[in-house]
Amino acid sequence: MRTLEGRAPERVVEAVEVERSGSWTREVVVGLGWAVADAVVVARRYLTHLVRRPGEIVGTLMIPVMAVLLFGFVFGEAMGAAMGVDSVDYRDFLMPGLFALTMAFGIGNTTIAVVTDVGRGVVDRFRTLPMAPSALLVGRGMADVVAALVDLSVLVVMGLLIGWRWHLGPWAALAGLGLLLLLRMAFTWIGIFLGLLVRGPEAAMKFFSLVFPLAMVAETFVPARMVPGWLAPVVEWNPLSATVLACRELFGNSVASGDSWVAQHAIPMAVVWPVVLLAVFVPLSLWRYRRAGR
Amino acid sequence: MSGRAAILARGLRKGYRGGGMALDGVDLEVEAGTVHGLLGPNGAGKTTTVRVLATLTGFDEGEAWVAGVDVAARPRRVRERIGFVGQYAAVDEVLSGRRNLEMFGRLYHLGRRRARARAQELLERFDLVEAAERPARTYSGGMRRRLDLAAGMVLDPRVLFLDEPTTGLDPRSRSEVWAAVRTMVAGGTTVLLTTQYLEEADRLADRISVLDAGRVIAEGDPEGLKARVGGGRVEVVVADVEGLAPVAEVMERVSGVPARVEVDALRVGVAFEGGGAALTRMVRALDEAGLEVEDIALRRPTLDDVFLGLTGSREGGRERT
Ligand SMILES: Nc1ncnc2c1ncn2[C@@H]1O[C@H](COP(=O)(O)OP(=O)(O)O)[C@@H](O)[C@H]1O
Ligand SMILES: [Mg+2]
Repeated sequence: MRTLEGRAPERVVEAVEVERSGSWTREVVVGLGWAVADAVVVARRYLTHLVRRPGEIVGTLMIPVMAVLLFGFVFGEAMGAAMGVDSVDYRDFLMPGLFALTMAFGIGNTTIAVVTDVGRGVVDRFRTLPMAPSALLVGRGMADVVAALVDLSVLVVMGLLIGWRWHLGPWAALAGLGLLLLLRMAFTWIGIFLGLLVRGPEAAMKFFSLVFPLAMVAETFVPARMVPGWLAPVVEWNPLSATVLACRELFGNSVASGDSWVAQHAIPMAVVWPVVLLAVFVPLSLWRYRRAGR
Repeated sequence: MSGRAAILARGLRKGYRGGGMALDGVDLEVEAGTVHGLLGPNGAGKTTTVRVLATLTGFDEGEAWVAGVDVAARPRRVRERIGFVGQYAAVDEVLSGRRNLEMFGRLYHLGRRRARARAQELLERFDLVEAAERPARTYSGGMRRRLDLAAGMVLDPRVLFLDEPTTGLDPRSRSEVWAAVRTMVAGGTTVLLTTQYLEEADRLADRISVLDAGRVIAEGDPEGLKARVGGGRVEVVVADVEGLAPVAEVMERVSGVPARVEVDALRVGVAFEGGGAALTRMVRALDEAGLEVEDIALRRPTLDDVFLGLTGSREGGRERT
């Protein structure tokens, strides 16, 4: 090291010289190529898990599907009446909220998967491979987006069956679904970070019990104007709310979304929020991954 | 040492946050193409040493070279030349054995075709062909370990790190793993393995470093280490459990070293020099103390005795959390 100035001691097996094969930019491009390829290999691993253990998807969908039935049919009339709309319109209003809720609940699966990999030593094994350090996490993120697509498809079909419709054409509808996937991507990285932070699945469950109320204290089931005044700002500034409002707007839902600043700028905010979350949690997770086990 | 060192570490020190020094100046030199055993009780720093050398953890002081590469300066380059098999079998439980190996092949950047071919080779070499298509979660402990070893061998690494490769395995699986390790060494790989089983180090390792409290307290080949303890050991079998303690006390007094008590076998042993004359002295001392014994014999020393003599720990390398 210092005294050796980077040269190997004499007894060491054929010391490798530091070779610089190409230009710096070339190295970056090649490195990025491998990072993507490695992440795809990892994503395939997680997708295989998904196919072999469909229980994960069923588990994620359980709560939203129950919510569709409960709020759509049992409380739907009362909720609608309170908002001044009939139960059909309430279901139209409800579905975007449930889509976003499902995106939030994906955090649980991500966290558990990462915690399990850390606990089993799988992360250690990956960290001794000469692959891109980001690949394990990015691959998990990719797999989660695919899983979210499956979740969303099921819920969209379910929504259509109970009378939810998009009213502004397929492109606006696709844009809405795109915003939901973006939200899920952001939440995935929160899940990854939590998975690297906590020790053991029990601790992960504790965090998850925090996600639950946070996903509810949003525009999910009722509009912000109907919650107590002191809670309204929390609801408005909840990242979930921006996406829910943006989807209602893009799907052409008839219920007015209120006149708060966020409600007026729902679509841009539905982009800004996930981007901010990603900008925070991607670097945090990568940093934590590199330091795992220190 | 005549050959060149595949692993060279000097004065490695590392402390964990909130803990003491896990490594307190570890020196290690492993000749290329040999098996080196890191032997030590729980908490001695075996795992930490291996993790430092395998680039999983940083260190505070010292220097380390693995397969010709400076570990601190070029960790990525080290990773291209090593295999790492951790304390817990780190294979994917859901994927089949074959898919596991193919995945690791891809992550070592072998390309699809070569990864596939390599997986087949490894399955054959580690005797896993029949179970190749089954999910790894259905494997026995020994098969899982073999798959784990195979995953560490995807690139034919120059240096392979094995952290307690047989802990928790039944005797049959253990000898399967030993056979697998011998296969790798025959292929020219340098192996650094940690173990708390003295027998394992004795059977597999060309040289052994005994680690205790973050320091190497002895280094040598198994025979040399045994020779250090001297002529042999005296073992006494008693009639019942009550007899163990007083017999151990007398034997420790006469020999001057700690005795090892095996409660299940009702046996007390000490490392002891002096051959037949020593045996006579021991018999006389036990007789004078009025202690009954079932059997008394002189045995060749084992690494257990070495360990006991070096660390003074009664539990030397036997307990497990
Ligand atoms: N992640 C960690 N954080 C804090 N202390 C640790 C950590 N890992 C190991 N230690 C401590 O470092 C010492 C050496 O541990 P380890 O290398 O695991 O020993 P061994 O593998 O020989 O049982 C022990 O005292 C242990 O408690
Ligand atoms: Mg250990």
